[in-house]
Amino acid sequence: MRSHATTLAAAALWGLGSLGAALAGPVEDTLTVTTDAGEITLVTTAPAPEHLRDVFDTIYSGWHFREDETRDLERDDFDNPGMVFVDRGRDMWNAEIGANGESCASCHGGPESMKGLRAVTPRVDPESGKLMLVEDYINECVTERMGREAWGMTSNEMKDMLALISLQSRGEIVNVAIDGPARPFWEKGRELYYTRFGQLEMSCANCHEDNWGNFIRADHLSQGQVNGFPTYRLKDAGMVTAQQRFVGCVRDTRAETFKAGSDEFKALELYVASRGNGLAVEGVSVRH
Amino acid sequence: MAENAKPRVRVPKTAAPGDIVEIKTLISHQMESGQRKDAEGNVIPRSIINRFTCDFNGQNVIDVAIEPAVSTNPYFEFTAKVDQSGEFVFTWYDDDGSVYEDRASIEVG
Repeated sequence: MRSHATTLAAAALWGLGSLGAALAGPVEDTLTVTTDAGEITLVTTAPAPEHLRDVFDTIYSGWHFREDETRDLERDDFDNPGMVFVDRGRDMWNAEIGANGESCASCHGGPESMKGLRAVTPRVDPESGKLMLVEDYINECVTERMGREAWGMTSNEMKDMLALISLQSRGEIVNVAIDGPARPFWEKGRELYYTRFGQLEMSCANCHEDNWGNFIRADHLSQGQVNGFPTYRLKDAGMVTAQQRFVGCVRDTRAETFKAGSDEFKALELYVASRGNGLAVEGVSVRH
Repeated sequence: MAENAKPRVRVPKTAAPGDIVEIKTLISHQMESGQRKDAEGNVIPRSIINRFTCDFNGQNVIDVAIEPAVSTNPYFEFTAKVDQSGEFVFTWYDDDGSVYEDRASIEVG
């Protein structure tokens, strides 16, 4: 196991031990959210999924790596700024935006019909054999059933709708398939995860596997889980999708990045999601 | 009307007479300060919510004058003493003349 303890010992050798040890690691805490329908406790730590056993013993939601104030914002839907975007998504869901006056609601009924979807995507569509994000399903409806131009992958409409749909699966346990038709996509994603990019020559694993719990300058590195996405990011005062986060991370290595919604990042999202199999979907989380 | 202005309120459904209840309100609004410039250097006109009020059974609970420094999606949390059942009426006044209203009832007894 590429252990956390070894990383800390290395930090100590560099004379950072006292600071690093004092601040490192996830915060022990429980996430219980006050919602309109009562309280719900979300699974934010879990045993690592089978394929990750030689890397981690336990997987942690990124929630455990944020400060008290940020974690608190997610405990109450009223305090969670992401809910503003969920409300906007709900308005869009009911709006008759199709070429012939269709709305999401006219086919699907209420948004509750999307319950469970976020927990099992990205997944391979059995008919087309394509790897589908929730965003791809949304765009399939927008273009084929509503006769509109596709929404931008990180447009406001898309992110509002994604927030609404993800929230329906809040509390459900992430369980993306990695075998069968998903296997080649998953393997491609895994390869990307361990590939060093950019002038800094960093892979996802360099931060989120080798150094999670440590600080990279002022940032407390998490395990890079995406169960909380889309997330309200305080820095941006807006929603951020996993695809956007990938762009941001790869850009930070000073590389030319793949595009949000590219085959590469879709495969990466499947792989990263599979590293969180066992954690709860947080619907719309809050991070900084 | 400002795009996407959407009020949300949380008021307890029940309370005992004389209770002090906690009220939370939020309205989504861009709160454009009037201090910023666009890419061409033109000033983006001010567009904010400039006043927020809450009344309970016709009696004023809170009346807030809001200035441009208040950030996007203004959030107010305050308390009110309730002696009888009734309805809270929340009103937000936009620079452009729009008025947004929300209501919430409370059962006291």
